[in-house]
Amino acid sequence: MADLKTNFVGIESPNPFWLASAPPTDKEYNVRRAFEAGWGGVVWKTLGAEGPPVVNVNGPRYGVVYGADRRVLGINNIELITDRPLETNLEEMARVKADYPDRALIASIMVPCEEAAWKAILPRVAETNADGIELNFGCPHGMSERGMGSAVGQVPEYIEMVTRWCKQYYDRPVIVKLTPNITDIRYPARAAHNGGADAVSLINTVSSITSVNLDNFSPEPSIDGKGSHGGYCGPAVKPIAMNMVAEIARDPECAGLPISGIGGITTWRDAAEFMALGAGNVQVCTAAMTYGFKIVEEMKRGLSQWMDEKGYGSTAEFVGRAVPNVTDWQYLNLNYVTKARIDQDSCIKCGRCYAACEDTSHQAISMSADRVFEVIDAECVACNLCVDVCPVEACITMERLEAGAVDPRTGKTVSDDYYNWTMHPNNPSSQAAE
Amino acid sequence: MTSPLTPGIVSGRLAGEALSRNFEDLHAPLDAHEAAVAADRCYFCHDAPCVTACPTEIDIPLFIRQIATGQPQASARTILEQNILGGMCARVCPTETLCEEACVREAAEGKPVEIGRLQRFATDSVMAAGVHPFDRAPSTGKRVAVVGAGPAGLACAHRLAMLGTDVVIYEARSKPGGLNEFGIAAYKTTEDFAQREVDWLMQIGGIEIRHDSALGDAVTLDALIADYDAVFLGLGLGGVNALGIDGADKDGITDAVDFIATLRQAPDLAALPVGRDVVVIGGGMTAIDAAVQSKLLGAETVTVAYRRPQDQMPASRYEQDLAASKGVRILANVMPKAIHGNGAVREIELEYTAVSEDGRVSGTGETVRLKADQVLRAIGQTLTVDGGLSVEGGKIATTGAGRTSHDKVWAGGDCTAGEDLTVVAVAEGRDAAEDIHATLTGARA
Repeated sequence: MADLKTNFVGIESPNPFWLASAPPTDKEYNVRRAFEAGWGGVVWKTLGAEGPPVVNVNGPRYGVVYGADRRVLGINNIELITDRPLETNLEEMARVKADYPDRALIASIMVPCEEAAWKAILPRVAETNADGIELNFGCPHGMSERGMGSAVGQVPEYIEMVTRWCKQYYDRPVIVKLTPNITDIRYPARAAHNGGADAVSLINTVSSITSVNLDNFSPEPSIDGKGSHGGYCGPAVKPIAMNMVAEIARDPECAGLPISGIGGITTWRDAAEFMALGAGNVQVCTAAMTYGFKIVEEMKRGLSQWMDEKGYGSTAEFVGRAVPNVTDWQYLNLNYVTKARIDQDSCIKCGRCYAACEDTSHQAISMSADRVFEVIDAECVACNLCVDVCPVEACITMERLEAGAVDPRTGKTVSDDYYNWTMHPNNPSSQAAE
Repeated sequence: MTSPLTPGIVSGRLAGEALSRNFEDLHAPLDAHEAAVAADRCYFCHDAPCVTACPTEIDIPLFIRQIATGQPQASARTILEQNILGGMCARVCPTETLCEEACVREAAEGKPVEIGRLQRFATDSVMAAGVHPFDRAPSTGKRVAVVGAGPAGLACAHRLAMLGTDVVIYEARSKPGGLNEFGIAAYKTTEDFAQREVDWLMQIGGIEIRHDSALGDAVTLDALIADYDAVFLGLGLGGVNALGIDGADKDGITDAVDFIATLRQAPDLAALPVGRDVVVIGGGMTAIDAAVQSKLLGAETVTVAYRRPQDQMPASRYEQDLAASKGVRILANVMPKAIHGNGAVREIELEYTAVSEDGRVSGTGETVRLKADQVLRAIGQTLTVDGGLSVEGGKIATTGAGRTSHDKVWAGGDCTAGEDLTVVAVAEGRDAAEDIHATLTGARA
């Protein structure tokens, strides 16, 4: 069994699976259960400033998007930060950390954008002996209306300023949690980096409306006939999150900035993908909310199995391995020519490839009277849509034309030279350079 | 008190509770979640093979998608537009040899989308809501006589009524439904579904049913031709082939269709007599329906005797397996040779058969005797009334959409060529109606 021990910005944990700051980590009771179930770390539910705590709505706070068989694809929530007194949370955190010294315990914090507010809370958090703090600049609902959460995360100058305060008044690792509700994730990441952050974590939830009740025309979750946008999470947001992680991982200005990956991680594979794209560890919420804390067991065993199969002795050996392969479109090799190939033995003759290609792509699949589907190489642009919609795994594949072969679509001989858009004569920039 | 072991043809072999359990719905209806999960398995195939395999060409991927998107009643409309008896067909169609056999998931994993049960889910939702989703077109002023209130006649009548024609159905029996009401195993159509479906269908309006009005008896084809603008014959097959062997006149020998009809109309199954040792002669759906129901009524042994190899049985593999699961023995490659007994049947003597390369069946000389106190004939039905129309291969000859040798007479269903299935009868009745309408309104070229 591969060793899953992880060191993230100096914080040790027995595995890279942390529970994200969210409803599952709101209380000592839940967090103890999480640690008993084997989670490597917990980011405690976000703390607010001293004083009367926030109040939550008393109606439903979650909405959902289902796939087949009511499989949860995405959940959105309108829950605010912890609605329990600061002191209660701090006492519980201290007790839990004392009892689980080998696990990571991170305090998530969201207080007003004033130096005094941060200066006041940080020493008290430090007293809990938490391993670090995470600055909640992400939540898009509720708190943002009060100038916190994503309202801060959307202004790089604020991020940098607050991060600086935290580094000034707190001597353990500072992780800045980013909101995806921005145009270019690199700007807030750079701001955090410039402010001295030890790491960023992302993504927080995506502003969203999950559904509309067509009887009373209220968005869901409906509070007395009204709805407010919530924060979307779960498997549905994973592709968005992975791109943002990769954008930061390969940004020269953020070079070396550690990333804690968040966004729809449900299986070991999801985690491995995030980590390959540069995340040093991962945080999970929706999978636990859907299946309970035991879900971590599959993640641990699965990741360990895969590491054994690949010969990785530690997670550090594969973190970031996919980053060099994330590039700009302009550098993609135009001499990489592929054609779809349909394995007639495994084809079940549903015709989805045909419908997709004929109606929405390049008319590159023929259909015979007895339902034999074949690729017309002279039309196939290798878009991959047939592969994507085929219900049979590996029935349709993309096969590369060897160098020297003639592409029947273009009539050109395939070369194995690397050749990209920057070199192409149709590119105005490339012509200008000549 | 009788039991399965009581000799002779007697009633009450099983207690009422066991009988009710035996005759429950063969396929329990899907609930909404089951339907959603089952519907999600449909791949929405291009030019879907299931549609091609459906005699009524229901747009199956579309109706399944409508279930998946939460609109069973809209789904039902998609079904009923093509097949007004979609509710019954969902219950009785041999889907395993039609749509579900063609389903690509049958090819992929041996588990087709449950099209029949999904169709039932959708059509049940409309029936439960009491909604009839079709309206009549403005009157064409035409009147058409339909003979037979079975699947073909009802489908023809409904389509004609919808197109604005007034229809009078002449039905020999005192109840409508034809084989849906009298000829199908009870566990396939529970809770009086056949009658409820007819009542629902009649909501279209413009259809009058005259019962106890058999053709050639209460009314003649000539009279109908004289009185109406057109006539559709959907009168089924009234006769049963004779056994033609020694002892075929003994007591205890019954037509399987009569046995099933009696069972279907019986108010109390415990009062229905059945033999201790039942032998059913034949290999079609009727043979299986009769055999299984005999067993479910409490017969000790039930044997289906079929003259050809089992893989040539007209009854589907699914039906054969169903029979086997209920304890019916299928004996293939045997044909009846004689029936023995003193007044009443006591034994049936069967001769083993061989089938030649050209498909001819002949006896091998070797025989076997089976204990039997009841023998049910299910060896095919025959046309009994042809009204003077051309007949071909024992059925009313038709061309195109059911046109007969008389230019005012159309025909469809079991009395014409083609597979004797409810769904085929519906398609023929529907298509004849469209052709009649086009002819009467001058739209037909």
